Amino acid sequence: MINGISINYYLLLSAVLFIIGAVGVMARRNSIIIFMCIELMLNAVNLLLVAFSTLHGDASGQVFVFFVMAVAAAEVAVGLAILSMIYRNVKSIDTDLLSNLKN
Amino acid sequence: MLGYTITQWLFGILSFLAIMFALMVVFSRNPVNSVLYLVLTFFCIAGHYLVMNAQFLAIVHIVVYAGAIMVLFLFVIMLMNLNQDTEPQKTWVSKIIAGIAGGMMLFVLVGSLKGTEQLNLSSYGASQIGTVKNLGKVLFSDFLFPFEVASILLLAAMVGAIMIGKKEIK
Repeated sequence: MINGISINYYLLLSAVLFIIGAVGVMARRNSIIIFMCIELMLNAVNLLLVAFSTLHGDASGQVFVFFVMAVAAAEVAVGLAILSMIYRNVKSIDTDLLSNLKN
Repeated sequence: MLGYTITQWLFGILSFLAIMFALMVVFSRNPVNSVLYLVLTFFCIAGHYLVMNAQFLAIVHIVVYAGAIMVLFLFVIMLMNLNQDTEPQKTWVSKIIAGIAGGMMLFVLVGSLKGTEQLNLSSYGASQIGTVKNLGKVLFSDFLFPFEVASILLLAAMVGAIMIGKKEIK
């Protein structure tokens, strides 16, 4: 129990946020929205890590969240640079048009 | 008050808002609206961190995510002029299948919680591992090497992003 809230509620909340992010990745065609749903999934996992870290009194969980945030920031920078290059070449960020590797 | 403590009220309100804003991120047409709803979701999650007394992470979360990453997203969206709803949508079949797949994943995840029992580690009261001082002690003693490697990672990402995004000099 964390302050009177059972850990199962945090598990449930994190699972629901993760699923919403996953559905967003699958159901949208706009690359930027897909990117944002990936960030949502990362945040769901962060929330769960902090919850368990508080439950067990172990600081390793929160340190891990710190590193996940650093990696997410780096990933967003590089990913958006790639998206900008794609937009410059193809003039669109529709994922259905980015299938040059097919066939 | 009404049979629930203030912490439980806070948890319920923050969770409801976070899930609602996350759904709006996925289902809104305009990408700018999606970005703004995502910022609101991040604020709700930072509120959750505060409820668990992870003070450092709450502030870092707001500064890094809402302050830097979302600003990057907004820049890119404004650069590509995605203000209007110009994007084509996936077919209805794809969306329904995505919904069904998400529903099945949720079913599995929630079902895996069913057999778990309440963990009896009662850490009632605010835990002190989330303060800057205690977290800093752990970060700089046990996790010093990953910390330095993370700084190299950020440097590499910065160089990589600049090299990828450069215009070619004709």
